[in-house]
Amino acid sequence: MAKILVFAELHGSHVKSVTLEILGKLAGHTVEVAAIGTIPGEATADLAKFGAAKVHSLKGANLDKYSPEGYANALHGFIAAGNFDYVFAGATSLGKDLMPRLATKFDAGMASEVTNFIMEGDKFAGTRPLFAGKCFAKVELSGPKPHFVTVRPNALGMNANPTAGAATSSDAAVDAGAIRAMIKEIVKGTSEKLDLTEANIIVSGGRAMKEAANFKILDELANVIGATVGASRAAVDSGFAPHAMQVGQTGKTVAPSLYIACGISGAIQHLAGMRTSKVIVAINTDPDAPIFTKADYGIVGDLFTVVPLLTQEFKNLLGK
Amino acid sequence: MDFSLTPEQLEIKELAMKFAKNEMMPKAQEYDDKAELPRAILEQAWSLGLVNTCIPVEYGGSGFSAIDSMIITEALAYGCMGMNTAIMANDLALLPIVIGGSDEQKKRFLAPMTEKYKMAAFCLTEPGNGSDAAGIKTTIKEDGDDVVINGNKMWITNAGYADLFVLYGTTDPALKHKGITAVVIEKGTPGIEVGKKEDKMGHRCSDTRAITFNSVRVPKANVLGGLNKGWNIAMKTLDHSRPMVAASAVGGAQCAFDHSVKYAKERVQFNVPISQHQAIQFMIADMAMKIEASRLLVHKAAWLLDNHQPNTQLASYAKAFAADSCMQITTDAVQIYGGYGYSKEYPVEKIMRDAKLIQLYEGTSQIQRLVIAKEIFTR
Amino acid sequence: MNIFVCVKQVPDTETKIIPSADGTFIETSSIKWIMNPYDEFAVEQALLVQATNAGSTVTVVRVGSTKDTEALRTAMAMGADDAFLVEAADNLDSYSIAKALKGAIVKSGKTPDLILTGKQAIDDDCLQVPQILATMMELPSVSVVVGYEGSATDITVKREVEGGALEVYGVKLPAMIACNKGINTPRYASLPGIMKAKKKPLTTLSLADVGVSEADRRVKYSNFQLPPEKPPGKKFDATDSAKMAGVVKEVVDLLRTEAKVI
Repeated sequence: MAKILVFAELHGSHVKSVTLEILGKLAGHTVEVAAIGTIPGEATADLAKFGAAKVHSLKGANLDKYSPEGYANALHGFIAAGNFDYVFAGATSLGKDLMPRLATKFDAGMASEVTNFIMEGDKFAGTRPLFAGKCFAKVELSGPKPHFVTVRPNALGMNANPTAGAATSSDAAVDAGAIRAMIKEIVKGTSEKLDLTEANIIVSGGRAMKEAANFKILDELANVIGATVGASRAAVDSGFAPHAMQVGQTGKTVAPSLYIACGISGAIQHLAGMRTSKVIVAINTDPDAPIFTKADYGIVGDLFTVVPLLTQEFKNLLGK
Repeated sequence: MDFSLTPEQLEIKELAMKFAKNEMMPKAQEYDDKAELPRAILEQAWSLGLVNTCIPVEYGGSGFSAIDSMIITEALAYGCMGMNTAIMANDLALLPIVIGGSDEQKKRFLAPMTEKYKMAAFCLTEPGNGSDAAGIKTTIKEDGDDVVINGNKMWITNAGYADLFVLYGTTDPALKHKGITAVVIEKGTPGIEVGKKEDKMGHRCSDTRAITFNSVRVPKANVLGGLNKGWNIAMKTLDHSRPMVAASAVGGAQCAFDHSVKYAKERVQFNVPISQHQAIQFMIADMAMKIEASRLLVHKAAWLLDNHQPNTQLASYAKAFAADSCMQITTDAVQIYGGYGYSKEYPVEKIMRDAKLIQLYEGTSQIQRLVIAKEIFTR
Repeated sequence: MNIFVCVKQVPDTETKIIPSADGTFIETSSIKWIMNPYDEFAVEQALLVQATNAGSTVTVVRVGSTKDTEALRTAMAMGADDAFLVEAADNLDSYSIAKALKGAIVKSGKTPDLILTGKQAIDDDCLQVPQILATMMELPSVSVVVGYEGSATDITVKREVEGGALEVYGVKLPAMIACNKGINTPRYASLPGIMKAKKKPLTTLSLADVGVSEADRRVKYSNFQLPPEKPPGKKFDATDSAKMAGVVKEVVDLLRTEAKVI
């Protein structure tokens, strides 16, 4: 049986949900969890529910803020003492930065950002996308232990652990060592909207928006889900939106993870500008609109009633 | 026999294509609409060494072979045939200096072009004389240490922005080609009257105007190769410039072809992409054949030049075949796009408009055939 | 300053990716190779730092196949002074690549003051080599950097994290910095630059020269395959006001649980 550690990142009184996803996937194994700082009671309860056997709060000087060297040194000492076979973490900004450093301290290998994996006995096999998702491959690790794995958030899904019991929690003293690259300041992300070409989510309106003022219902939806608002050529030509917002052949070519087309019929020049979007949602009253041939989720209905409902539903989901 | 480009040529092509796709293509439609010279883009092309490719290394150039300059021209025309005309016009103007100029003239006129971005204009065509170049009326008369130029020139590319004009005139119209003389005139010389910008069908961003030369006086030191020596210079210039113009046709055709292939895979009719309809496949196949044949003619005409062999006939083959093919290919591209192709929303109508000019300038397709026939029957 | 830039050659983003017959990598025969786009930012940053620190040299290092050495030539055409190529297969794992890069840097005989890389290579998308190399070389390092300023001894860099927030680090050189889009605008290699690059020294080393062997492989790939075909979309009827709320809820749930985009 492999001895497994999951590194957790604290997020308020909870841990980031990717930790729970990993725990759920590791059901049947004895898994310990460690985080830098004090793991709150609620978080410990969550971790136990998803199958953590032991929960370690790692404490030491100079660990109040992330530093690549401080975190790597602290965890290196703790993991070495614990004789772990595997260390898992979320492929978050921090996880992606930290885990390769830590693996190298053990001369060990690491599988980056797997989207699925299995643990058979003490043998790990993962699946991960390569070439920006143009293909997938099986990934296995060899060489000195522990082996390191980061897991893409939201890829595994939340699977409750049926064998979960209570977790014991304890504190461990760790040493951050010498830190040469130190955070001086953290600048909050600006609320300014991302450019269409960089946006992860886009909400676009077409001719069916009827007038410029109606774009405010798209703005409301966009604000809830952190999207940038775009428009079809028909909407731009009708004067509902400026050209800078135009998606399509003569506007901007976009490839967000989620594209929500509201009242856009789907002329070929519009499709050319957004067809590489990962997931497309279309809302249109015409069930035969060409946009539905490209949509992963098509809603036949009036955007003026559907969009506000969507906004409300996302608000509920995201707790806003 | 080797049809492959050298690693160096591949890199040159890579850079020129990258520039064409990133800097020229995204702006091509806009400058075409505005019919405005994209000065900043041209200047950036110059800073990367993509302009004035004919200047020899001794005078600050990069020392490109003729084939190298064909590769660059094809790539830039892929980005925008109109912008390429503004770039290529510099070479057309400077080639007579490279071919017929003295060392002193090359130092004086070519070297400054490599130090700062300047435009040059080649002045041959007149209101009454296009294809009949030996019949030009603009006079160049000796007057002491100077020559004095009088006459009208038409369709002069870069006219409104040029720092340098390379003009063909005659010492005596009765001498026909034996009186032709080439002279360099610098901007600001009194008596140059530049007309208004022509409103053209294609190549709309390039600056084309009429120029009147009213008793323009320049030193004799500006005459290339001496008085009455211009015809030979002009003929040699055409041997170089015609393949170059042909290369621009290949670039434009390739661009129209790439758009067409992409569109044919996307556009669905009768429930399948139109690329699965034989009618479209045949048009695409014809386009591909003609592009490759044009490119091979261009490269052979340039290869002959680089190997100091006569290439007049090949230059005309390349010019006529590439220009006519480009016209056909861009027309077919609009056909493949159907109604969308006729709209300015899509890129192919502009390329079709641009293609037409290649059949007209630097010797019409008919003149090329005259040259070819003459070469065939007089040898 | 001795500035090093590590670059990788990757398939052009427009290249069609086809798994190789044995499933251990992709078909490489008809691929157009380009410099990893993030590495262009690293080369540009190196040239910017060189321009403000007289007497600095920029050395580019690459580990990969010799099908062509375009990425190194491109870097030198942009302005780098010399280059080292460690000949290797194109599917080495991150650990082996980092070890080979370190070996080549040591072989150069110059002690690095600054090592720059792209934040990740767009082929295997591992985002590991910069951090592994920094750890192996015992250098402080910051990854995913979008802002860089400072002197030959002290720099301030901005690291981009979730939600567009920035962590601002103070770092003493020598250090290793992995660059992200936004740090600068890479210049074009000019034609005169391309010509000059021909004459710049490019040293070729073998994996054995830099002490890397198959025993250094930590990650093994197999079963390369194309992603499953996208299933046809689902269509919902929300024209009936009674069903509307249910439909919207279902779509939102699917976006979260099936499409995983929210």
